[in-house]
Amino acid sequence: MTSGAPPANVNSAGLTREVYKGLASTLCAGCGHNSITNHLIKALYEYGVEPHKLAKMSGIGCSSKTPAYFVERAHGFNGVHGRMPSLATGAKIANRELMVLGISGDGDTASIGLGQYCHMIRRNVDCTYIIEDNGCYGLTKGQFSATADRGSVLKKGQVNEFETIDVCGLAIELGATFVARSFSGDGKQLIPLLQAAFSHRGTAVLDIISPCVTFNDHEGSTKSYSYVKEHHAILHTPDYIVGGQEITVDYEPGTVQEVEFDDGSRILLRKVEIDYDPTDSVAALTMLHEGRGRGELVTGLLYINVKAHDLAARENLPQKPLAQLNENELRISREDWSKLMESFK
Amino acid sequence: MQINDLTIRAATVNGSGSQSANLVLANAIFRLGIPVAPKNVFPSNIEGLPTWFDVRVSPQGYQCRSREIDILVALNPVTWHADVPDVKPGGAIIYEESYAVTGVTQRNDVVYYPVPFAKMAKEQIPDAALRKYLTNMIYVGALAELLGIGEETIEAALRAQFKRKLSAVDTNMNAVRLGMNYVRENLPKTDPYKLEPMTGLTEGLILMEGNTAAALGCVMAGCTVAAWYPITPSSSLCESFIQYCDRYRVDATTGERKAAVLQAEDELAAIGMVFGATWAGARAMTSTSGPGLSLMAEFAGLGYYAELPGVIFDIQRAGPSTGLPTRTMQGDVAFAYTLSHGDTKHIVLLPATAIEAYEFAAQAFDLSDRFQTPVFVLSDLDLGMNLWMTEPLAYPERGFDRGKVLSAADLEAAQSWGRYRDVDSDGIPYRTLPGTNHPNAGFFTRGSGHNETAHYSEDPNVYRNNLDRLNRKFETARGAVPKPVVEESGKPTALIAYGTSHHAVVEARDRLHAAGVETDYLRVRALPFTPEVFEFIERHERVYVVEQNRDGQLYGLLRAELPARSIERLKSIRHYNGVPIDASAIIDPLMQLEQTELVPA
Repeated sequence: MTSGAPPANVNSAGLTREVYKGLASTLCAGCGHNSITNHLIKALYEYGVEPHKLAKMSGIGCSSKTPAYFVERAHGFNGVHGRMPSLATGAKIANRELMVLGISGDGDTASIGLGQYCHMIRRNVDCTYIIEDNGCYGLTKGQFSATADRGSVLKKGQVNEFETIDVCGLAIELGATFVARSFSGDGKQLIPLLQAAFSHRGTAVLDIISPCVTFNDHEGSTKSYSYVKEHHAILHTPDYIVGGQEITVDYEPGTVQEVEFDDGSRILLRKVEIDYDPTDSVAALTMLHEGRGRGELVTGLLYINVKAHDLAARENLPQKPLAQLNENELRISREDWSKLMESFK
Repeated sequence: MQINDLTIRAATVNGSGSQSANLVLANAIFRLGIPVAPKNVFPSNIEGLPTWFDVRVSPQGYQCRSREIDILVALNPVTWHADVPDVKPGGAIIYEESYAVTGVTQRNDVVYYPVPFAKMAKEQIPDAALRKYLTNMIYVGALAELLGIGEETIEAALRAQFKRKLSAVDTNMNAVRLGMNYVRENLPKTDPYKLEPMTGLTEGLILMEGNTAAALGCVMAGCTVAAWYPITPSSSLCESFIQYCDRYRVDATTGERKAAVLQAEDELAAIGMVFGATWAGARAMTSTSGPGLSLMAEFAGLGYYAELPGVIFDIQRAGPSTGLPTRTMQGDVAFAYTLSHGDTKHIVLLPATAIEAYEFAAQAFDLSDRFQTPVFVLSDLDLGMNLWMTEPLAYPERGFDRGKVLSAADLEAAQSWGRYRDVDSDGIPYRTLPGTNHPNAGFFTRGSGHNETAHYSEDPNVYRNNLDRLNRKFETARGAVPKPVVEESGKPTALIAYGTSHHAVVEARDRLHAAGVETDYLRVRALPFTPEVFEFIERHERVYVVEQNRDGQLYGLLRAELPARSIERLKSIRHYNGVPIDASAIIDPLMQLEQTELVPA
């Protein structure tokens, strides 16, 4: 990074916003996922991500198509249904310099991939894990997913009889170190949360409610655009400040909570109504429960712990990526080899 | 006298520490210069069930199992009556004195050596906690005395066994002496067995388990990511890998580890981590057995079609389903070869020896990188978990073959590149690794239809061309995998085998030769078959395919690929009861089939 302000149309990586775009979306017009893509493009551009260091990972489903629609230059990986976390884990372990960004869906995460989701969180793999959550399976024409609320109604009238899996509550219970929820239609909240997730060292879970305009955007659906709009309970309005930058936003003292990341970046959370502390996991779980009881969709940074070590740190891996180590660095020396063979006599 | 040619079977109780005693016995015989082949036949149980350990002692160096039991050490009351009839006439039985010799199993054609193991242990071993374990050392002493193994040889074997616990050597040696003295004072020798030191057969050799050898192959091949889910009989492979990484890959000053071993939540996650890691450029492996391989099927197809390297060790056990988890089989060959849906096929390596477990492990990483495809190494419990006499493993003289990887400089120099373009007409495309700092480096990896530039495509021609290119790549691989080992002198009858069945074939051919039946032999070492395999079959009138599974899996694969004129030459010999194949399991059916062939009814 060079000193001084970059030219107006390029970011800190010296790249224009165009670079952060991808192929044209093949999702339905008006799909919430497309809004998320646009917010992602802005967030990645503003954050100054270097495309060659970005690894875009996904599983299978509508959401998993998203990585094709931003930063075309980056490496992408569309794996198998529900198993993106293991791919992301392997990739990050092999090259810890990569910025791993996983895009998943509610079927991908909460049903077929629930196990891998849990274990990625448990390992605290350093990655941003987005769930584009619409409560249904779009590619197979609208069946319920495990995040659909109980009592929620499908387009053809089927009612969901089963309890929802709250992927945020589950993540907090599992010891996740960054858990946020947002809404695809709320870029003002989502973009700073995305950037905070990029800065976080560990698994950053971001559950983004993203209405399915084709199968789940009607009366009776709790993931419809209008329902979410009406029941959107915002915890705080966040701002993301890149490390070293001066805070220019005007905040009233006493109403702002600041979280500082390893790289010196900060997320500023301006409280809207309630006194909420995102470092208290019990409070976070209580708040999620209470919100669900009221039929509300609580959004914001729900929980954060910047002190926990990520997987690569716990494994004590060298800074030089494992992928770049050569035979001289990895083989047993000739002398040790002879001794080792001798020990088998 | 029967010198240096016998099989000793110890029948004990799982979890009683008999394994250490058995290994000391095998090592002591090895130290006398006599070839040994120890085989553990153990239950799927932590403690309490019957377990057997055979030490085959053979001046010819046969490493396969023998059905003939010469000396039985009977220390399990539960199997006592079942074990006695297994001893061949003229054999000997060393047994716990309190067992009744009378009854249906009473035999007049064997020598009985009663030893009061329990009584001696109780009276002579003060530490009650150690008593159970040291009882086994008493039988090592008894055997040593009966067979003529000197005290110093046993002590050297004990030192090898308890490398880091020298205090244990004395304690165990005392127990050994109890056994020796008891036999000397109470049991005049009337059996014909004797061990005499030999020269020229075991000098310079080592004893090593196949899984240890494979783990060392992974270390020397530069594997830095291992992801696994514990399953018998593969666990010791990853555990050995961890052990060697702990010893040789940790920076003494910083404590940094140049390897990550991840115990995954299941086999799906394990192979997913492998492909994530290889996609990002590391060398990665997983080890599993049949049930785990089943779970890996979907990802295996992604690895094949998206062209990702990755090494998968399948240490085969007896199936189907849970089968016999602690017994051996060659039952996954056909499954592994085409693991996954659609037209998927894989390179499969078939090691038969500890050296091959080591060399094929290392070679698997090179082949996998070079062909950008998963490579399966099919070992089995017999090879993986038993000790084998072997030459010391050779230090690798070549560097890693990372295959066609484009650097930023390569991309700068190139006119254009496409991830799935067949530039060299060998079916193998070029790849870039994430993190390569060039605007053209990035591409999209996916299991869905893709064109030469890795973009999504459902174009029928694009799809078909891609599948054809993958076939071309597979044909290129046919010329790169390990060639078969051939022993041929123009005989009309031949044998084909692979993996651990090899060792039984070696003995079977010698015994057939002694009976006047000459055979040629080819050992397959990899799939796809190399041309040498088909040519060998063409040159013979009758070719017996020996394998350890019910359905003749390799026989079936050969029949599917052979020209029609050769198919009828193939005969199938199968062994599938969970214990390692022995020479008789080949000789008996072969002679029967030969007679049918030669003398038509």
